[in-house]
Amino acid sequence: MAALTDLTISEARAGLRARSFSARELADAHVGAMERARELNAFITETADAARAGAGASDARLARGEAGPLEGIPLAIKDLFCTKGVTTTAGSHILHGFASPYESTVTANLWRAGAVMLGKTNLDEFAMGSSNMTSYHGPVVSPWRRKGSNARLVPGGSSGGSAAAVAARLCLGATGTDTGGSIRQPAAFSGIVGLKPTYGRCSRLGIVAFASSLDQAGPLARSVRDCAILLGAMAGHDPLDSTSVDRPVPDYEAALVRPLKGLRVGVPKEYRVDGMPAEIDALWRQGVAWLTDQGATVREVSLPHTRHALPTYYIVAPAEASSNLARYDGVRYGLRVAGDGVDGLYEATRAAGFGAEVQRRVLIGTYVLSAGYYDAYYLRAQRVRTLIARDFARAYEQVDVLLTPTAPSAAFAIGEKMDDPVAMYLNDVFTVPASLAGLPAISVPAGLSADGLPLGLQIIGRAFDEETVIAAGAALERAAGFSHRPDGIAP
Amino acid sequence: MTAPLVEGATGPWEVVIGLEVHAQVVSNAKLFSGAATAFGAEPNSQVSFVDAAMPGMLPVINRHCVEQAVKTGLALEARINLVSVFDRKNYFYPDLPAGYQISQYKNPIVGTGTIRLDMKDGSTRTIGITRLHLEQDAGKSLHDVAPGASHVDLNRAGVALMEIVSEPDLRSAEEAGAYLKKLRAILRYIGTCDGNMEEGSLRCDANVSVRRPGGALGTRCEIKNVNSIRFLQRAIEYETQRQIELIEGGGTVVQETRLYDANKGETRAMRSKEEAHDYRYFPDPDLMPLRLDPAWVARLKAGVPELPDAKKDRFMAAYGLSAYDAGVLVGDQVAADYFETVAKGRDAKLAANWVMVELFGALNRLGKEIDASPVSAVQLCGLLDLMADGTISGRLAKDVFAAMVETGKDAAIVVEEKGLRQVTDTGAIEAAIDAIMAREAAKVAEYRAGKDKLFGFFVGQVMRAMGGKANPAQLNDLLKHKLAG
Repeated sequence: MAALTDLTISEARAGLRARSFSARELADAHVGAMERARELNAFITETADAARAGAGASDARLARGEAGPLEGIPLAIKDLFCTKGVTTTAGSHILHGFASPYESTVTANLWRAGAVMLGKTNLDEFAMGSSNMTSYHGPVVSPWRRKGSNARLVPGGSSGGSAAAVAARLCLGATGTDTGGSIRQPAAFSGIVGLKPTYGRCSRLGIVAFASSLDQAGPLARSVRDCAILLGAMAGHDPLDSTSVDRPVPDYEAALVRPLKGLRVGVPKEYRVDGMPAEIDALWRQGVAWLTDQGATVREVSLPHTRHALPTYYIVAPAEASSNLARYDGVRYGLRVAGDGVDGLYEATRAAGFGAEVQRRVLIGTYVLSAGYYDAYYLRAQRVRTLIARDFARAYEQVDVLLTPTAPSAAFAIGEKMDDPVAMYLNDVFTVPASLAGLPAISVPAGLSADGLPLGLQIIGRAFDEETVIAAGAALERAAGFSHRPDGIAP
Repeated sequence: MTAPLVEGATGPWEVVIGLEVHAQVVSNAKLFSGAATAFGAEPNSQVSFVDAAMPGMLPVINRHCVEQAVKTGLALEARINLVSVFDRKNYFYPDLPAGYQISQYKNPIVGTGTIRLDMKDGSTRTIGITRLHLEQDAGKSLHDVAPGASHVDLNRAGVALMEIVSEPDLRSAEEAGAYLKKLRAILRYIGTCDGNMEEGSLRCDANVSVRRPGGALGTRCEIKNVNSIRFLQRAIEYETQRQIELIEGGGTVVQETRLYDANKGETRAMRSKEEAHDYRYFPDPDLMPLRLDPAWVARLKAGVPELPDAKKDRFMAAYGLSAYDAGVLVGDQVAADYFETVAKGRDAKLAANWVMVELFGALNRLGKEIDASPVSAVQLCGLLDLMADGTISGRLAKDVFAAMVETGKDAAIVVEEKGLRQVTDTGAIEAAIDAIMAREAAKVAEYRAGKDKLFGFFVGQVMRAMGGKANPAQLNDLLKHKLAG
C-alpha cells in the first residue's frame, strides 16, 4: 500500500471506512511530514495536537458508524480563515497575536464534515501576491525544482502555503482563497488541482477580507475528485454573508463521470498574449486535443475586453482592500505601535504592520477612490468589469466552458520578478477575468515545462455550473495523466 | 405668510436654513448586527463581532430597520426608492471600528417628501424633505475615564440611524424649531424614533446662511452638535447675527462646520483638520443593493396610522377646535389621545380648555410629561361629568382638580372627602339668603332703590357663607326673587 501521505482524499476516505488504517494514523503520518518539511515554510501555525485529538474523535465516530463525508481527513487551512482559538495572521504582522473567538463558516463546514486541521498555511500578506513573497512570515519554498537546478522556486500565490503543502504531501487537501487567481495560479505552479467556485458559492464569513467583491474560498488537492469532495463540504448558503447565494449544493463528485460528448468548449482568442512561451501554447493546443478526443467540440470565441481585465482588477481590488484594511488600526486587536496621539498610533501601527505590497495597494486603492479620481478610475473600472462579465455571457451563448492556460509561465525562482510589481501582476492575466466575472474555474496539472516544472490548464464555466467545470477538468486530468511528483519533498 | 426678516444695520436680511436630522431607529437590534441597542448599558456590553469590525465579519441588513425607514418615508409622504444602495464612508476614528461607516450616499432608501408646519398665527408652511437614508451610528470616545488615555464605548456603534435632510426652506429659528417638533411628532406617531434628544436618539445639524430678501443664496455654515430644540433656535439666532454682522462689517462668510457651545450660547468654527475629510464613498461590496417589494411597501402604507396633520384637520372639523388648539393637541400623540378620551361624548371645547389650560398648566408646574400625568384622562372625564350633572360647580371643579393633581385620587372621592358636593336644597339656600339680607339690611335697601350692581355682592356673600357649595343657578333665582321683595 502507498504511504498514507500519498493517498488522495477519496482513497483515504475508503481506507478509513474499511478500517485499513485509523484517522489517528493518518493524522500522525501527516503531522510527521509537516514537521519534517518545515524548510518549505508552508505552515505559519502547526496544530499537531489538535489534529491528533480531532483524529481520535474521528476514529470514535468511524467506529460508531457516524462518519461525516470528510471524516478523519487531514487538511491544511490557509491562514486567512479565522479559526477559533488558533492564531490567524493573514500573513501579516498587523494581526500579531490575533486568535479569533469565532470560526469561519467554510472551516466550520469542514469540521462538521469530520475533517481534521493540521495547521494554518502561509500566504501572501492579506492574499496580495502571486508568489508568496509578500508574507510577513517569509516566502514559501516550492517542493519543485527545475531540472538540474537547486534554485528555490516560489509555489505561486497567494495560497502558496496551501499549494506547497498539498504538493509536498503534507496534507491531503487544503483551503485557499482566490481573488484574482490565488487558488488557480499556485495550483498550476505546484502541479496540483485548484478550484475557484462561483462568487457567492462559499461563505466569506470569517475569511479575512482582501477584496470583498472578488474573494472566494475554494479547495486545493491532488485530484479533481478531491476538489469536488472538498467543495461539496465547503459550499453552501450562509445567512450571515449577504453575498452568499441560497441555492442547493449539488453532488459535485457525481459530475466527475459526466461524459464529455456534446460539451462545447471555447478557446478565447484574446488569451493568446504576446510573449507567451511556446510550451504554454503547445500545452493549450494539447488540451484542445484531449477534450476533442473525448467527444467535446472546440471552437474559438472572443472575449474582447480581456486586455482590460488586469488594469480593471488592479483598480477594483486595491480600492476595496484600502477600505477593508482600514480596521487594522491598532485600537482593538493585533499589532499596536504607540505614536503621537491617535493619528500617530495609526501611522506607526500601519507602517510597522503592513508590508510594502499591502501599503502599495492601500495607496492605490485610496487614490482611485479619492474625490476627483473616483469617476475616472473606480467607476470606469466597474463599468469595464460589467463589459468583461458580458463578454463571458456572450461566449456562453455558444459554448459551455472555456479552456485556457492557467498562468503565462511556470514557477519562477524566489527573488525573481521582485523589482517590478507589474511583471508580478502579469501572472494573473489568465485568472483575473473569471474573477472579475465571478465565474467558477479550475486549474488542472497538464504537463511539465522544458525545465521540468508543472504547467496547468484552466477550465472556466458558467456561474454556479461547477459541475461542468469539474467534468471538463476531470477529462483533462484523465487525458493528461499527470503523475509527476516534486523532488524537494520530505520522504 | 411672508418670510420673516432680520433687521441689520444696513437693511433687512433673510435667513435660509436647512436641517439634517439624525433619528435613531426604534429597533431591538443594530442596523447590520444582532447586538442590542438599549440606552445606558455598561460600556461595550452591546457589541457584536461585526460592530467591533473583527476580521472577516460581515454586515447583514436588519429587515426591521428597513421597515422603519420605509414607514418614516411614507409618513413624510415621500418617494420610496425600491432599489437603494449602501455605501462605505471611509475615515479613521477610534469610535469607527471598521474605518468606514456604512451609509447611503447616491441612492437613498427614501427620496423627496414634505412636512407641514403649523405656525403660531394659525398659518401653515410646507417644508421640503430632500431625502432620508439609513446609516450606522458611530461609537463614543470617552476622554475622561483615565488621564492620558482615551477609551471607546462601542455600544452605539452600528445602531441604525435615519438621516433626514430638509430642503433649505426654513426661514427663521422659530420655523426650524417648529420643523423639528413636527418631525419628532411624526416619528413618535409611527414609532420609528423615540425622539429623545437628551439621550441623543434625535440629533440635529443646521445649515444656516443669510441673504438680502430675494437675493442669491449666501454662503452657509453647518452647525453641529445641537441636542435640543431650544439650543437649535438659539444656535440659529446666534449664527444669523454673526453672519449679518460679519457681512455688514465688510467680511465674508466662510463655508465651514461650526460647533454650538450651549454653555456660552455661541457657535465656533471647528478646527479645519476636523473636517478635512475625503470620505471616498463607494458601494459596500459586502451588501447587495436593497430591493423592496412594492406589495410590501403598499402593506406598510396601509398600516400608517393617522398622522398629526390629518388628526389636526379632524379635531378642527369634528370638535370645532381652533387651528391653534388643534395644532397644540396633535403635537403629541399622547396629548391628542388624552384629549379625545375626554372630549368623547362631552363638550369638546370645554374638554380642550381643561386639557390645555388646567392639565398642561399643572404638568408644566410639575415638570412632567403628559404620559406621566398624575390625572389620567379617565379621571378628568369623571371631573367633567361631576360638573355636567351639577354635583360641583365650575369654580369648585378647579379646586377638585388641584386636589386630584396632588393626590391622584378620582374626582368623586375628592368631592366626598372634602364635602364639596354642591348644595341644591332650596331651603338651605333660602336660609343663607335670609341671614345675609338680615345682616346687610342697608344694602338691601340700596338695591331695592335701584342699585342693581349690588346683586353680585349678595351672590358673593351667600356663596361665601355656604362655602362655595351652593348651586349657582338656584342661588341666582332665589336671591333675585327674595331681593325683589
